[in-house]
Amino acid sequence: MTEPIPTHYARSQKAAAEPPKPDPTMRDREPQSIVPRESVAGSALTTVIAIMTFLASLTLGAVSLVNDTAQGWQNEIAREITIQVRPIADVDIAGAVASAQQIARSFAGIVSAEPVDDSATKALLEPWLGAGLSLDELPVPRLITIEIDAANPPNLEELKDKLASSVPGASLDDHRAWLDRLTTMATTTILVGLMIFVLMMAATILTVVFATRGAMAGNQHVIEVLHFVGAEQTYIAGEFQRHFLLLGLKGALAGGGLALIGFFIVGFWAGNNIADPASGQVSALFGTFSVGLSGYLGTGLLIFVIALLTALTSRYTVIRHVDALDGTKAVA
Amino acid sequence: MIRFENVGVRYGSGDEILKDLSFAIKPGSFQFLTGPSGAGKTSLLRLLFLSLKPTRGNIRIFGEDAATLTNVELPAVRRRIGIVFQDFRLLDHLTLYENVALPLRVRGKDERGYRKDVVDLLKWVGLSDRIDAHPSVLSGGEQQRAAVARALIDQPELLLADEPTGNLDPTLARRLLRLFIELNRNGTSVVIATHDLNLMDQYDARRLVLNEGRMQIYD
Repeated sequence: MTEPIPTHYARSQKAAAEPPKPDPTMRDREPQSIVPRESVAGSALTTVIAIMTFLASLTLGAVSLVNDTAQGWQNEIAREITIQVRPIADVDIAGAVASAQQIARSFAGIVSAEPVDDSATKALLEPWLGAGLSLDELPVPRLITIEIDAANPPNLEELKDKLASSVPGASLDDHRAWLDRLTTMATTTILVGLMIFVLMMAATILTVVFATRGAMAGNQHVIEVLHFVGAEQTYIAGEFQRHFLLLGLKGALAGGGLALIGFFIVGFWAGNNIADPASGQVSALFGTFSVGLSGYLGTGLLIFVIALLTALTSRYTVIRHVDALDGTKAVA
Repeated sequence: MIRFENVGVRYGSGDEILKDLSFAIKPGSFQFLTGPSGAGKTSLLRLLFLSLKPTRGNIRIFGEDAATLTNVELPAVRRRIGIVFQDFRLLDHLTLYENVALPLRVRGKDERGYRKDVVDLLKWVGLSDRIDAHPSVLSGGEQQRAAVARALIDQPELLLADEPTGNLDPTLARRLLRLFIELNRNGTSVVIATHDLNLMDQYDARRLVLNEGRMQIYD
């Protein structure tokens, strides 16, 4: 401290030209991040984000699975209708079935119309009426199963009227009552799933916001020092936003990635054990039990949103803190 | 440079802790700000640094009315002022070099452009062998000098120091005072808040004495 004052900030003197000398203190230095990289609060935040993203992703996957399955139920049942031909005295039932089949095939939007043959009808009735059944002795209605083009469905009312007027004893069963019940059940299931997902997202958002604010509390002295050395608000906010975006991305990728791997493993397992009796029951209800594209894309979006949320929370916290520092009035 | 006119400060609904302050800090001046504990020295420094707004009165700083400065304009004004905090406020995760260079870094200056200035200044405050050390391993005196270096690195027009010798032994306190005097001789206005009478007796300078919220000036 007895050396003359350095020339660069001697306001009234001109800098004296000095030949450069090799000096170890002048070496290149790797710049450290202005925001502390390693901290217990930062690690805890990453862990919290990873856990919440994992749980939210699982919920999203489950909702996506239920949604796809419920849609599938409706589509499967809506793709088939049945014509029933009741036996009537003095009417050739085989001819009536052939007429009904002919009428059905004449309608646009019908992919196929196949009568359930006698052997299949007997097989259907065998559990109740026993073997060796003679259909001619019993007033058993004949069935025609019709597969319809779901994308271009036929006019069912018109088909119904035409059958009633042209074929004695014929009626059309479009499974409306069953379909309505199933639609109600599927819609309820989807709504419950969505409600659970919304609650899960609310819990995730609140947890991430409060955990970020908690982690930011440990950095208030950094914000104050940067502010007092003349850093602009946008500079400070940018530094923290970048740091917390990385923390959020790290946690969200860990949690979301784990969930995606889980979806893939379950889907793979279900696909390879479809012949197994237990998985047969599962696949009857849930198809291939695999999360669809919407589940994978949704989880990707979730990872991005949670990382962004973390960054924006840190930015907002910095801006509020700096505003409070600048706006401090002695009067409360 | 800075002019106070009938400035008063009150926290909450309590009594005014600073009353009717009217004085000026002139360019190139040197002054001690003193008074008993709780007299309002730190509050006055905060007013000078624009981190506290007065309850009443008018402050003009570098020709601007402080009341009309927006939050966007404040950093530019603050960059013309260097401040040494009583508790140093160094960042523990940065080295001494990075702490001192911080005001330049946040202004977006190129590191290669200011490297020599930072190293020279650290040598000048006697910390050339601690350049890459972290504040947590430094003594109170070393941290104090690092805080002074950080306040000076961008050649402020005004230096504010809050109890800068509070953590130093008498020998170090004298050395630090010489540093401030040398700085003042080179054109920087200096305000040192202290209640250390021994320190003030070592240099004949203007004294701003706060007592019960009012100021008496001894030129």
